[in-house]
Amino acid sequence: MSRIDTTFENLKQQNRKALIPFITAGDPAQALTVPLMHGLVKAGADVLELGVPFSDPMADGPTIQRASERALKNGMSLRGVLDLVAEFRKQDTTTPVVLMGYGNPIEAMGWEAFAKRCAEVGVDGALTVDFPPEESHEAFEHLQAHGIAPIFLLAPTTKEARIEQVAKLARGYVYYVSLKGVTGAGNLDLSAIEEKLPQLRKHIKLPIGVGFGIRDAATAKAVAKLCDGVVVGSRIVQEIENSTEQNVVANVGRLVQELRVAIDN
Amino acid sequence: MKYSYPDQEGHFGQFGGVYMAETLIPAVEELRDQYLRFRDDPEFKAEFEYELKHYVGRPSPIYHAKRLSDELGGAQIYLKREDLNHTGAHKINNAIGQALLAKRMGKKRVIAETGAGMHGVATATVAARFGMECIVYMGAEDIQRQAPNVFRMKLLGATVVPVESGSRTLKDACNEAIRDWVTNVESTFYIFGTAAGPHPYPMMVRDFQCVIGDEAKVQMPEMIGRQPDAVIACVGGGSNAIGLFHPYIDVPEVQIIGVEAGGHGIASGQHAAPLTANSKVGVLHGNKVYLIQDENGQIIETHSISAGLDYPGVGPEHCLLKDIGRAQYVAINDDEALAAFDALCRFEGIIPALESSHALAHAMKIAPGMAKDKVLLVNLSGRGDKDMNTVANIKGITL
Repeated sequence: MSRIDTTFENLKQQNRKALIPFITAGDPAQALTVPLMHGLVKAGADVLELGVPFSDPMADGPTIQRASERALKNGMSLRGVLDLVAEFRKQDTTTPVVLMGYGNPIEAMGWEAFAKRCAEVGVDGALTVDFPPEESHEAFEHLQAHGIAPIFLLAPTTKEARIEQVAKLARGYVYYVSLKGVTGAGNLDLSAIEEKLPQLRKHIKLPIGVGFGIRDAATAKAVAKLCDGVVVGSRIVQEIENSTEQNVVANVGRLVQELRVAIDN
Repeated sequence: MKYSYPDQEGHFGQFGGVYMAETLIPAVEELRDQYLRFRDDPEFKAEFEYELKHYVGRPSPIYHAKRLSDELGGAQIYLKREDLNHTGAHKINNAIGQALLAKRMGKKRVIAETGAGMHGVATATVAARFGMECIVYMGAEDIQRQAPNVFRMKLLGATVVPVESGSRTLKDACNEAIRDWVTNVESTFYIFGTAAGPHPYPMMVRDFQCVIGDEAKVQMPEMIGRQPDAVIACVGGGSNAIGLFHPYIDVPEVQIIGVEAGGHGIASGQHAAPLTANSKVGVLHGNKVYLIQDENGQIIETHSISAGLDYPGVGPEHCLLKDIGRAQYVAINDDEALAAFDALCRFEGIIPALESSHALAHAMKIAPGMAKDKVLLVNLSGRGDKDMNTVANIKGITL
C-alpha cells in the first residue's frame, strides 16, 4: 500500500480527518524547507503538499504568487525540490509528500525522468494545476509506471461526466477546489461544498480533500466535517511571509497545531 | 493530404490543446460548443460581416508602396492596410467576432489582456458598441510605454487594471486575466486577443482574422493579375499573421514568412522570437507551443521594442507551420524595425505600428535581392500613433 493510502486508511480507522498543509519549496529559504516540513509533521500534518515554484502561477492568488517569486529568487528549481524531498526522507519515511505546481517545469525535465526521480526520492503524488486529464496521457503512463499518484483537482464548475473521468484516473486522493477563484480567495461557501460532495462521492471512491479559501481554525473545522481532508495553503504561506527566518518554523508549527486541534474536535 | 487543423481536441499536431485549471475547463468547453454552433450560423455570419463592413470599414485596401519599392530597387512591396481599420489595427476583427459570440452567450462582462494596447482598445470599443462592462489587464511596464492607448480605453468606458507581477508585460496581463476569469467564470467572457491560448481560441481567433487573407486573395489578382510571391507578417502571438497566412496555406506558389521580434538580437538572449531562436516546446496560457524558457522550465523575460510582440510564446498553428515547413520564421531586431518605421513615414506618408514595422523591415531586407517583377505582400497590421512616445524617447525627443 502506498504512503498516501496507508495514511488515509489509518485516519479512517481513528475516525479523523487529514490535515494537508501546503508550502512553496524554497520559501522563505531553501535551507528552511526541510525544517518546515518536519515542523509541519510535528504539529499534526498528515500529508504535505510541496509547491514547485513557477514563473507564471496563473491559478494562484497574490500570497502564493509572492511565495513563488521568493522561491525562484532563492534559486529553487524542480530538481532542487526533488533533492529537498530526498533530504526530508532521511528522517521521515512515512509522511506522504505531494508535489503541486504547473506542468512546464516537468515538461522541461521530461515526465519519465521526473517520475523516476520522484520514486527515487520518495515523492508520493503529483498535482499539475494546468494539466487536465485530456492532456495528461503521457504524464500518467510515467507516473503510474513509477508508482506516483496523479492527484486531480475538481471544481464547483466540474460536470458529472468529468467527475467520472477523473475518478478512473485519480490515485491517492482527489482535491476539491472549494470555490471559483484563485488560491487564497476569501469567499468560501460551505453550503455549496455540502451540495457538491454527494455528486463527487457517487463516482470517487478515493478520499476527498477540500482546499482554497480555508483561512482559520473555524473554517478548517467546518470543512473537515464534510470531507476526508483539509488543505490549507495561502494562510500558511502568509504566516511564512510574516515571520523571520528565526521564528518561521515555530510560527508555522503553532498555526498548524491550532488547525489540528480544530479539525480533531 | 489536405491541411486541416486543429483536430477536435484543439491540437495542431503536437501543439495547442487545452492546458487549463479545472475550474475553467467547463468554460472553455462551453465556449467551444457555442462557437462551433454559431460559426456556420447564417445570421451570425451576416451580423459579423455587417459589422466588419459598416463599423470597421472593411475591406481594408491594399496599397502599392511604389516609392519605397523604387528606392529599394527590387521586389515590389504591397501593404495590406489593416492600419486603416476602425481603432487602427487588425485586432478589431477578432474583438467584434468574440463580442457577437459573448452577446449570444448572454455574457454582460468582458475581460481582455493587452500588450501594446491595441487589443485592449478594440475590446473596449466593442464593449461600448454592444453595451458590456469591460475590464482590461495591462502590464504596468506596457501602461508606461503605451500611455495614449490607456487613455483611449478609459475614454471608451473600460477599466484598465495595471499588472505589477512578473515582468509587468503581456504574459503577466494574461495571467491576471485568467485569474479574473477563474473567479468570475459564469458572468464573464474572456475576449482573448491572439491566436493562442486554450482551444478553441487559436482556431476561433484565426477564423475571425482570416478576413485579412481572404480579402487579399481577391484583391491581389485584381491589382496585379496574380497572387503575391510571398506574404509577410509580424508574429507575437501571431493573430494578424495567421489571418493573412491561413487562406494562403493551400496556395503552394505563395511563400509564407512570419517575422518575430529579435529585440537586441537572438544571440543577446534579449528577444521575443521563440520560433527563430529554436526554443523548446512548453506549456503556458492553456496551450503547448514553442516557448522561451530556461533549462528548468521557467519562463524567461522577453524583450522587444514593440509591446505587442513582447511575449515568450507563439500561437500553436505557427509552431505547426514551422515544423511542416509551410512557413518560414525569421527575426528582425529593434533597430531594423525602427529603420523600417522611419522609411515608411518618409517614403509613403504612412506611420506604421512598431509591430508591423518588423514585417516591413524583413520585406525591405529581402526586396533588393529580388527581381523588380516579384511581389511581397506585407500585412501592415496597425498604425503607429500609439508608438509616438516610444519612438520619441529613442530619438531623445521630449514631446
